[in-house]
Amino acid sequence: MLSINNLQASVGGKQILNGLDLEVEAGQVHAIMGPNGSGKSTLANVLAGREGYEVTGGSVVYRDQDLLELAPEERAREGVFLAFQYPVEIPGVNNAYLLKAALNAQRKHRGEPELDAFEFLALVKDRMKLMGMDESFLNRGVNEGFSGGEKKRNEILQMAVLEPRLAVLDETDSGLDIDALRIVAGGVNSLRSADRAIVLVTHYQRLLDYIEPDFVHVLSGGRIVKTGDKDLALELESRGYDWTREAASA
Amino acid sequence: MATHTPEVEDFIGKKYKHGFVTEIDADTVAPGLDEDVIRFISSKKGEPSFLLEWRLQAYRHWLTMTEPKWAHVHHQPIDYQAISYYSAPKSKKDGPKSLDEVDPKLLETYEKLGIPLHERAILAGVAVDAVFDSVSVATTFKAKLAEAGVIFCSFSEAVRDHPDLIEQYLGTVVPYSDNFFAALNSAVFTDGSFVFVPKGVRCPMELSTYFRINAANTGQFERTLIVAEESSHVSYLEGCTAPMRDENQLHAAVVELVALDDAEIKYSTVQNWYPGDENGIGGIYNFVTKRGDCRGHRSKISWTQVETGSAITWKYPSCVLRGDHSVGEFYSVAVANNYQQADTGTKMIHIGRGTRSTIVSKGISAGKAQNSYRGLVKILPSADGARNYTQCDSLLMGDRCGAHTFPYIEAKNPTAHVEHEATTSKIGEDQLFYCLQRGLSEEDAVNMIVNGFCKDVFRELPMEFAVEAQNLLSVSLEGAVG
Repeated sequence: MLSINNLQASVGGKQILNGLDLEVEAGQVHAIMGPNGSGKSTLANVLAGREGYEVTGGSVVYRDQDLLELAPEERAREGVFLAFQYPVEIPGVNNAYLLKAALNAQRKHRGEPELDAFEFLALVKDRMKLMGMDESFLNRGVNEGFSGGEKKRNEILQMAVLEPRLAVLDETDSGLDIDALRIVAGGVNSLRSADRAIVLVTHYQRLLDYIEPDFVHVLSGGRIVKTGDKDLALELESRGYDWTREAASA
Repeated sequence: MATHTPEVEDFIGKKYKHGFVTEIDADTVAPGLDEDVIRFISSKKGEPSFLLEWRLQAYRHWLTMTEPKWAHVHHQPIDYQAISYYSAPKSKKDGPKSLDEVDPKLLETYEKLGIPLHERAILAGVAVDAVFDSVSVATTFKAKLAEAGVIFCSFSEAVRDHPDLIEQYLGTVVPYSDNFFAALNSAVFTDGSFVFVPKGVRCPMELSTYFRINAANTGQFERTLIVAEESSHVSYLEGCTAPMRDENQLHAAVVELVALDDAEIKYSTVQNWYPGDENGIGGIYNFVTKRGDCRGHRSKISWTQVETGSAITWKYPSCVLRGDHSVGEFYSVAVANNYQQADTGTKMIHIGRGTRSTIVSKGISAGKAQNSYRGLVKILPSADGARNYTQCDSLLMGDRCGAHTFPYIEAKNPTAHVEHEATTSKIGEDQLFYCLQRGLSEEDAVNMIVNGFCKDVFRELPMEFAVEAQNLLSVSLEGAVG
């Protein structure tokens, strides 16, 4: 589904990714771990096509298309979803309204009929139950006055409604207390399926106690320096990241 | 005394010779302004003597005034002797015969705004006679209003048919001496609208569609007077979302509202005059004086405006809260794009006891535009327990535009409560990217964010118009990001 080859990228003239390789197949869950500044969030933002993240080399093929050629909204409509590390507030814009517009933009792109207000409401209420969210969320401004946990839950709700093919979750666990973490992880787990791939970007192993990955990659200095299964995450937890860097440069 | 061109002299000379008869061939008076031009306008309109006297007083006062310079706007000096102050309604003969002859670009804009088909022709200047639908619609409205006892007509008709009402109320809210442009308007206004809602009557419809159909050619010095008697209610909608074609660069309108005891006037404006091109060439100078007088106890006047057009907008719809427990409101969205300059805001003058006012101003700047909010909240010693709440938000799109806020508060009564909140934000690249990442187009994303920003104002607009206003905003900001 996703094939990243020797990807290099810079932010503000500073080289962050230095030849990153990653293969992700449908049905898999990959965890990308690494110390601060290793390029985890840069990878997530490059995949989503954020302005200011300049690709200086390499390639990203997504479902037989050159992903880097697509505009951010085209990537989204093709099924690439980014759960933001810091979901932004959009005052005055109704949460449900944004989500409905997004869903219908994607459905239109796929040649499917747009959902009317009733169909949409039925769908979103069903998904909200999954996330243990109160219906009042729908009528609030997008992330407006949401707590950190509410924002992250809202991201996963959007993912549950939009049903992406490739979901990149950027530090979705950060700032969550243990109850919120459990709910968010439960939501993500329920969205695991044979035709969907999930990439978890995280600093801590803790999230992986709840979402069991098929692969764990260690990112360091803008490259993947080590790949393993979930046990690698546990090893990182006890030994820290330094040894992987040494192993890579050895 | 202003000088005038030989043509005017010649023209006026001829007119005098014929003793003010109206059989004058010329439709347009030559450029220039003096007392004879004012006499000409007044006689051409068959006005009673009190009105001519009033115009002349206004003119004489205007001569003693200088153009105000305090607004945060810049323009070339205006040559008041280069303007023609009277032009009879243009013959439709020169206009396009059907929509097929109208600039397709203009039609495209109407389409985007969702203007009903039968109105597009009128707006584009197609001969109205050809549009049977709207004429009959207007006639139906008129009958319905007459039944309720509401007077709604052009200012000229009102002068002719209801001179006593005009004499009683004209200039009582905005005296001709009020300011430079109000004085000029008082001297030379040619037409406008008049609304009178008698005691206890609730106007049976929004005075909107009717107006929109009949608004064409009211001229550059427009005069509006709305009087709501005791316990009456009226909602009036001025302007149009569609870009109006107009050859006159200077517009100096005056609007006066009078609300007696327990009366309520809701006045909504959508202003979309030609803003000039993307290089700042051309465009309308819109210098307007709007004021409402809450003359009666428990009366209420509410201004809602969406200002997207004009090269320069200079406008402060205000409320004089004279009656005890009267209420003034001002809700404004002002958009300035490219080289547009907007200096707008309001004045709330609290005189009566327990008077309340609310100000919600949303300024949006894009391109190289400058957008200023200027507001005065004045609490006089008599206004025990007066309250004001002001919220003033600015949204910047791009990094070459400006937003400015000039709030003035004068509280002379210790029991008054005045609150002021102000924010300035940039349309977040983060917000934009968030929407794009969910699959929205950039255009839809910008619209959504901007409309969210303006929500508090849009919900004050009459329902059907709120939708058009949202569309208008997106058309005005087309290409502002990216």
